[in-house]
Amino acid sequence: MIELRNVTRSYGAFKALDAAQLTIQEGEFFSLLGPSGCGKTTLLRMIAGFDTPTEGSILIDGQDMVGTPANRRPTNMVFQSYAIFPHLNVEQNVAYGLKRLKLSQTEEKRRVDEALAMVELRGLGKRAAHELSGGQRQRVALARALVMRPKVLLLDEPLSALDKKLREQMQVELRHLQKSVGITFVLVTHDQYEALAMSDRIAVMFGGKIAQVDTPQHIYQHPVNRQVADFLGGMNFIRAKIVGEDERAILVETAGFGRVKTDKPGHFRSNGGSATLGIRPERLRVLWDDEQSRHEVAGTVVDRHYFGEVTHLVVEIPGFEAPLSVIETNNFGADDIPVGAPIRLAYDPDALVALAD
Amino acid sequence: MTRRPASWLPIYAALYVAFLYAPVLLLPLFSVNNSATPTLPLAGFTWKWYQQLAGNRELVSAAWNSLAVGLATAVLATLLGICGARAVTRYRFRGKRPMSGLIMAPLVLPEIIVAISLLLVMLAFGLNLSLVTVTLGHVLICLPYSMVVLMSGFDGFGLSLEEASADLGETAFGTFRRVTLPMVAPAILSSLLVSFTISFDEFIVAFFLSGTDPTLPIYIWGQLRFASRLPAVLALGTIMLIGSFILVTIAEILRRRAVRRTQTDGCLFV
Amino acid sequence: MTVAAERIDAIVHERARRQSFHQSEQFRGLALISPTFLYAFILLLLPIVVVIAHSFWTQNYLTIDRTLTLANYRTALTDPMYLDHLMRSLGISLAVSIATVVLAYPIAYYISFHGGRHKNLWLFVIMVPFWTSYLLRVMAWKVILGYQGVLNTGLIGLGLISEPSSALLYNTPAVVIALTHAWAAFAILPIFVSLEKVDRSLLEAARDLGDGPVRAFVRVTLPLSMPGVISALLIVMIPTVGDYITPRLVGGTEGVMIANAIQTQFGRAANWPLGAALSVTTMVAVTAVAGLAVLALRALARAMR
Repeated sequence: MIELRNVTRSYGAFKALDAAQLTIQEGEFFSLLGPSGCGKTTLLRMIAGFDTPTEGSILIDGQDMVGTPANRRPTNMVFQSYAIFPHLNVEQNVAYGLKRLKLSQTEEKRRVDEALAMVELRGLGKRAAHELSGGQRQRVALARALVMRPKVLLLDEPLSALDKKLREQMQVELRHLQKSVGITFVLVTHDQYEALAMSDRIAVMFGGKIAQVDTPQHIYQHPVNRQVADFLGGMNFIRAKIVGEDERAILVETAGFGRVKTDKPGHFRSNGGSATLGIRPERLRVLWDDEQSRHEVAGTVVDRHYFGEVTHLVVEIPGFEAPLSVIETNNFGADDIPVGAPIRLAYDPDALVALAD
Repeated sequence: MTRRPASWLPIYAALYVAFLYAPVLLLPLFSVNNSATPTLPLAGFTWKWYQQLAGNRELVSAAWNSLAVGLATAVLATLLGICGARAVTRYRFRGKRPMSGLIMAPLVLPEIIVAISLLLVMLAFGLNLSLVTVTLGHVLICLPYSMVVLMSGFDGFGLSLEEASADLGETAFGTFRRVTLPMVAPAILSSLLVSFTISFDEFIVAFFLSGTDPTLPIYIWGQLRFASRLPAVLALGTIMLIGSFILVTIAEILRRRAVRRTQTDGCLFV
Repeated sequence: MTVAAERIDAIVHERARRQSFHQSEQFRGLALISPTFLYAFILLLLPIVVVIAHSFWTQNYLTIDRTLTLANYRTALTDPMYLDHLMRSLGISLAVSIATVVLAYPIAYYISFHGGRHKNLWLFVIMVPFWTSYLLRVMAWKVILGYQGVLNTGLIGLGLISEPSSALLYNTPAVVIALTHAWAAFAILPIFVSLEKVDRSLLEAARDLGDGPVRAFVRVTLPLSMPGVISALLIVMIPTVGDYITPRLVGGTEGVMIANAIQTQFGRAANWPLGAALSVTTMVAVTAVAGLAVLALRALARAMR
């Protein structure tokens, strides 16, 4: 559907995007995730036609798009600021692009109504742009783009201006909408939860480079390096010694977890026989009373942070250079564990992941 | 924290406004005063000074001259202002500061310097002094004002609106016609009105650059030599004051509307 | 990829790159500003250069002798009449600019800090007289200050004086008053803008650290609004030095300013080079005075902290 071949965008010596290689499938909900300045917006704007690659080519449906201006591309965009035309009302905004298609009055009206219904703005067609709330503006921007029936819908941080509750609601709605219209969505976001919750696949980007492309579960559970792991949420890092290695897996030994065999990530380079293991805090579980587990470590609680639904425990394990952080839901009384108490933690060896440095 | 103004400040503000307005308001006052000299106490109400204006051929032709110069100036200054203001607000380019600095310079130059330098060049190029030369000069001094008005209309007019238009399939020209122009129309009208007002009231440049056809301020200047014609000049001045006031008020309302429009983009409750 | 395909690829990219130069900000910005810039260049910068050139030439009856000479400047700087006009013009413009700024500051402050929702209305009310004819506004002062004028006849009517005073009109103070009135509104805007930029929490911080309202004003607000004061001073001082209407209408023989002398050289006396030299001298002199005034204000602002 969309194919990026070696796409580079440089401004003088600075490379905003460095040899990006990417294929986005038809009907996919694809997210470009990364911190600000990582090149994700540059990439999106090049797909839309607002920016030209310095090198490489962008193919949509097999056609090279370099040199095709934005108004002749089969893409439409939902802008971060929504860019609702302030001199037009909701209907006129949605019909803006249709006017170029010279449809009949009734056909145009039908498509506008259909688009407004799709984003649940029925009956608000005559509203002036300045009478809309933030969430409504976002829906108008969405309807205005979808009414064009693009091959690809590009969304540039579409939810960042909304408050938390509305944002979470819109995440679900956008996901449903995408499934029902079947159009390829490409979303740019810096919010990892947004990307994880909505996408079929995610590309994580840092410093103009694509670091990893994968499904949400896989990218969360098997990040290729510390940077990706860190960006997608909390992770405990443990130094380990490599004791065995083959094509697909490595065998490491750590002070607390003993010998563990894990998948080897793509870019993995053994660093003088040592490696970093990672485990997500929610993959560690507190063992109560005399409960036993085949895989457990023992330590002391050194700090506790209460978050309402969960409690974060900081646990020092003898032999680890840094304490482990553990997330425990508050249904068993994790919020009652006193600081200084001895504690035992169960872990799933499958949750341990080797990281490239 | 609520701040209360020092008690003398509002009083001072009122006095200041009185100082600004009182001299100007004397003109209409004495233009309907039944006396040949502007003296107190007032001598009763009359329209006769206005009636005297009506049949004055010289005055009427000067008024037409000013009207023509004003309209031509307004259109030219606004067209040039649109280019300049758009370039300054929309693009980043080397040389922007010195270039816009030169365009804005007439604002801080003594008008007489502008006038005599124009005079020298026009005579050097063998141009005959006429209403055309006056118009050329007026465009120059109206440009900074036109720029300011247009820039405040163009500023904050988000780039994303034009990108959105292109994204929805519209061509560059179509985008200008359907998005840019309607958005900045109030600012353009406002610039036309402001330029017209300035040109219509302008004296020095017209004084140096007009040939045998006087504009209205030049005509008034000629009349000031004759004490007996003062009341009629006051009547004429009153009409010009009211005209300027109306045009400037409309211009301001339009400019505000333009600013309000462009700034709603991306903000919720402006 | 075949060789032919690579060639086509290269051509497409070359075209895209060339197109992207035409679409580049640099190119578009320059292209768009050029009509306006060229207009100002041809009708302002070029003429000023011509004036400067003329100031080094000599008038030879009806022709111009283009041998370079400093004679015009010698005349401009040594002839007591021109020197007197120049000095008076500088003095008047300095007095007027200081008066307008001092009068305008409290108003700008009032609007900025206490204007509330009506800030824009206040600004508009203050700017309106400025948009009316300059000529008419100065003429109004002639009506007020004249021998048979409003002030004299009014004061007689109130019984405060018995004889009309001729000391009100046709002198330097009359010029200063009329100019101060005419330029008043112009000084308010830059001061207002700079006061609007003063972060209000800075004042609260100053109060919190023990300053009273007056000290907080002197130590925080005033220094921070100094850029506005300086531009207000310049925006009034430089144009007023070359004012022509006011001295002619209310200045009499005492209040003659340099612009009147310049006009004479371009009119009756028909000595363009001398007129040009007087213009250039005036500009240089006012720039110097303005520069000194700015330095003095900056020093003052530093001393206040």
